[in-house]
Amino acid sequence: MAAPLGLHLEFGGGAELLFDGVKNHHVTLPGQSDPWDMKQLLTWIRGNMLKERPELFMQGDTVRPGILVLINDADWELMGELEYQLQDQDNVVFISTLHGG
Amino acid sequence: MCQVEEDYNGLERNQEKIPVPTFNRKCVKCKEGTAVLIIRVNDAFCRSCFKEYFIHKFRAMLGKNRVIFPQEKVLLAVSGGAASCSMLSQVQEGLSREAPKKLRFVPGIIHIDDGGACGRSADERQRSNALLKSIFTDTGFPYFIVSLEQVFSLPSSVLVPGTSDPDPSNPGYKQAVDQYIKEKQTLTEENVASAVAQLSLEDSPEHKLALERLFSSLKTLTAKEDMLQTLRLHLILHIARENGYSKVMMGDSCSRLAVKLLSNIALGRGAALASDTGFSDARYGDVVIVRPMRDYSSKEIAFYSRMFNVPSVFISGLDTKTQDKASIQRLTESFVTNLQSDFPSTVSTIYRTSEKLHTVIPPQSQTTEPASKCLLCLCTLDTKEDKASAFHATLVSEQLSQFKRQDPSVDAPEQCCTEGQGCGSGDCCSSNRLPSHQDLKTLLCYSCRLTIKDMVATNTLPPYITTEAEKRQKRSRMKMEISEYLLEDDEEDGD
Repeated sequence: MAAPLGLHLEFGGGAELLFDGVKNHHVTLPGQSDPWDMKQLLTWIRGNMLKERPELFMQGDTVRPGILVLINDADWELMGELEYQLQDQDNVVFISTLHGG
Repeated sequence: MCQVEEDYNGLERNQEKIPVPTFNRKCVKCKEGTAVLIIRVNDAFCRSCFKEYFIHKFRAMLGKNRVIFPQEKVLLAVSGGAASCSMLSQVQEGLSREAPKKLRFVPGIIHIDDGGACGRSADERQRSNALLKSIFTDTGFPYFIVSLEQVFSLPSSVLVPGTSDPDPSNPGYKQAVDQYIKEKQTLTEENVASAVAQLSLEDSPEHKLALERLFSSLKTLTAKEDMLQTLRLHLILHIARENGYSKVMMGDSCSRLAVKLLSNIALGRGAALASDTGFSDARYGDVVIVRPMRDYSSKEIAFYSRMFNVPSVFISGLDTKTQDKASIQRLTESFVTNLQSDFPSTVSTIYRTSEKLHTVIPPQSQTTEPASKCLLCLCTLDTKEDKASAFHATLVSEQLSQFKRQDPSVDAPEQCCTEGQGCGSGDCCSSNRLPSHQDLKTLLCYSCRLTIKDMVATNTLPPYITTEAEKRQKRSRMKMEISEYLLEDDEEDGD
């Protein structure tokens, strides 16, 4: 699918501090031949949106332990975690449950 | 047995690649609804079952530990984070149901604004306070928003554990509940609303400055966090006592308590573990601290807040955006969270261990006077110098490793104690006015000593601490002086 993907990203629990304090973001991912999955989304976020301290949001390929991810208001563990393939107008929420950001 | 099973589950999960689950996994409870989240290791719940589960856990926790009596005034300590706001919403939910399952106490809310210690700007503080205020007024409970600077106007009675009322006419829990149901007292909304009180937010600039000085005289982040916790607790205690609240509810979740348990051990607070992490903490005497959220993992709380729109305000603290190794508490937190991601039973194992901890009360504790409680954290002093104890060993090694500078400059205190600076060894600062490191040490438990040791200048401590310290020292000196005139208990049956 070559169509660009529109997503609604939300950050809560302190994670928004890493994104200039903005909680809600509408992003459009560029179209590509393979469908976008969560792993690629995270890499994209790290490259394009994270303003500072990437180690506070991500650890390696996945999110840092302590940050919860909800896809369309459901636990991402139920959706396959990193392998979930994103669809247009999906709502992805990152909530930090840690003290420090 | 259950633990072995759980471990195995965790290992199993680790070994095999997580199988991609089918999209429409059914809820394990009702078997009908589509699951929306996974709790514990593999339990998928649907939305409504999760809500029921969450609400039920709260009431079960309160019901199992029967410490909150009907019509009792309970202060809810709300920091603004997800856990304490969920606690607030559970209390609201519980009070609104029809009897007889209705929760039956009278809540109040307190929030401590510690922006002065964390370095937040006045604008930020005002913004978060305004947000919190709107959340609190929505609930209709009386609320207090107190800034940490007010700690400088506390009376020293805060540090004296009050006596809980051993009134013989006080009924046991069951009788109290029965009595209440019989009388069928209904709480009118007007009574609650008219009691809305709010302490003034006007802090004198000296207090602000004093707070900044206090926190800048603490060198490590560990000590700062420790001091912040202590001061916050004192302030909450004071407000609770002043307004007749006999219980305080804190919103510590299971994950937070697991981290607190391990970091307390690292800080040297092992002796007070049972009260620091247990359900109820009765060391303050008349005010009991209760932790009803201790069974909820942070995942459950975060999901509940998100799904059911619990309003919360994120307020950055001392350790926000710090590195992993910035303080002991922070390091422990990252350790536990990282371990938890690979072995999902970590937090629950730590939690279950903490449930089994009990403080051993030595038989003569009934007659110990206030002087043998720590000045800051009010736990029983654990620093009796037994010749064979580990504590004595640390003291000896400390003396041996310090460069002993014999500095008898008692008559020139101005030289060493310039404003804001402390002196190297605590020995020369034995001026009569301010308690030096050495003097304070005898009044503190082991971990509070470590915190104070990190402090450059003990004169930045709030006045209520220093006056109480002086009082206790005078008393112990007096006791030593008249000790030969005191009758010993075991001489009674002698001559």
